[in-house]
Amino acid sequence: MVKNLINWIDARIPMTATYNRHVGQYATPTNFNFWYFFGSLAMLVLVNQLLTGIWLTMNYVPTAEGAFASVEYIMRDVEYGWLLRYMHSTGASAFFVVIYLHMFRGLIYGSYQKPRELLWLFGMLIFLVLMAEAFMGYLLPWGQMSYWGAQVIISLFGAIPVIGDDLTLWIRGDYVISGATLNRFFALHVIALPLVLVVLVFLHLIALHEVGSNNPDGIEIKKNKDENGWPVDGIPFHPYYTVKDIMGVAGFLIVFCYVLFFIPEGGGYFLEKPNFEAANPMKTPEHIAPVWYFTPFYAILRAVPDKLGGVIMMGLSIGVLFVLPWLDRCKVKSVRYRSTLHKLNIAQFAVSFIVLGYLGVVPASPTLTIVAQVFTFTYFGFFVALWVYSKNEKTKPVPARLTH
Amino acid sequence: MKKLFIALVALLPTLAIAAGGHVHLEDANVDLHDKASLERGLDMFQHYCSGCHSTQYQRYERVANDLGISADDMRSKYMFTDAKIGELMQNAIPPKDAAKWFGATPPDLTLVARVRGEDWVYSYLKGFYKDPSRPFGVNNTVFPSVGMPHVLEELQGTPVKQEDGTIVVSGGKLNAEEYDQAVRDITGFLVYSAEPVKLERQALGWWVLGFLFIFFIVAYLLKKEYWKDVH
Repeated sequence: MVKNLINWIDARIPMTATYNRHVGQYATPTNFNFWYFFGSLAMLVLVNQLLTGIWLTMNYVPTAEGAFASVEYIMRDVEYGWLLRYMHSTGASAFFVVIYLHMFRGLIYGSYQKPRELLWLFGMLIFLVLMAEAFMGYLLPWGQMSYWGAQVIISLFGAIPVIGDDLTLWIRGDYVISGATLNRFFALHVIALPLVLVVLVFLHLIALHEVGSNNPDGIEIKKNKDENGWPVDGIPFHPYYTVKDIMGVAGFLIVFCYVLFFIPEGGGYFLEKPNFEAANPMKTPEHIAPVWYFTPFYAILRAVPDKLGGVIMMGLSIGVLFVLPWLDRCKVKSVRYRSTLHKLNIAQFAVSFIVLGYLGVVPASPTLTIVAQVFTFTYFGFFVALWVYSKNEKTKPVPARLTH
Repeated sequence: MKKLFIALVALLPTLAIAAGGHVHLEDANVDLHDKASLERGLDMFQHYCSGCHSTQYQRYERVANDLGISADDMRSKYMFTDAKIGELMQNAIPPKDAAKWFGATPPDLTLVARVRGEDWVYSYLKGFYKDPSRPFGVNNTVFPSVGMPHVLEELQGTPVKQEDGTIVVSGGKLNAEEYDQAVRDITGFLVYSAEPVKLERQALGWWVLGFLFIFFIVAYLLKKEYWKDVH
């Protein structure tokens, strides 16, 4: 009976073939480690954001007059509205934690290298859209930090010569951030960008399944197949990695739910304190800090004395990640078999990123600006150095089979 | 990888530079489980604060239910406007008149404990001192140039700031200890008001974490079982 139904469907659409290609018989390397949980976790958080977002939209009022009160209405009067809201707000920060770790995994194991350049590019586009999505979402609660954070970030576009002022006006739809800005950000946040995001995630997965997953050894398992054409070091994604990812999900949810139920403000980093005060265009907060996931790039912006120069450097700091596959000229992928210099370079890059993230949170001071300049230099230095040494890098021999 | 982690950990102390430069705040020591304290706080808030400050995101009925106050008691003891019990706790003064009288509209206080922190609220209520140069004759240690009178003066007495910065009080209805408790009650009510679901959230959190720990163990065993044949 069921078999007949499946045959009936398969004669019309390639259901079984698609399932096998992407899940049932998708050959996955046997040696995935801790770092490989974050891809599936990013999917989990995306679904969480989409679902909680739909239910929040049912009670949220996207007007300058009603937005702030409607969020408190959700927190107080909607059944389990507080849970939906905290799932969504904690989810936003969790998304970036997961994505940053996912990107770092790609960085250390060379997952951006040939033949995975497109996979990396789709991933970078996801990151870019995610930043826009988070930025617009942060305006919606219409708190003080929503308002002034958006004011600062949008004014950055004003630094662009000639068209700057018109461009900021076009983005805001008004001379200041106002209800008009809120309305359009709401539309983009709940419809336009999520659609783009889902399409990009689809393309990211198609690209992944076409070339196959990289692994901590950076070896192509497809090069070593048995007589049936199945990679010797491969196992089907289902059931092996589905059960493993379920374990990863459980571990992740313990941390996620701890934050959600016990420290939903995340120490003032996930929900900033001034944002519990309704937006007031007449009153500038003492210290305007973007949400933590933007702060590394914000620190780079502030490190440059010139406004336009700062905007360009901030753009470059993200843009340079797009061309990473072509900056790294080494043939060996994994950090395990690359030079000590490369290991140190990755370590200093991670340190630079974290220090910049910290500097973007605190108010600027002359000393801290110099520190930010130093770490901006080392941030970009990572890419320059990589390009220079990777051509003739002294690497270790790469094994023929996966190690565990 | 280990080297990387060591490098990151070594960096942590430099990240811990304090922002610094703030007034010392006293520990409010609020206990949200103490419903009697919260009700006293509601009582004080409604009598001394709600004339000017609203808690307009909160409803009377919700407060009554959460603090275990009957609807009749809520109406007779704590509601001074013609609002219905299901309505939001707005105040009696129109914001425009308030702005005219005080120079600025007195802010809504539903969320003040989340904006400023509970210790700030507690220290603020204890921080008034006599300052004839100010329009209302008082200033505040944690909120310099404060724009409101010391409404609790009849309870606390007249606070006078000494040269060493301490505040000496005389002539109030309450002694120092009673005043601290009264202020703690108000602070507690405002902490409750800022997030009425806080206790429920934490209680539910333990159940969720408990379930997830068990789920994790099951998931781990399942994974181990499936992976037995992979080498």
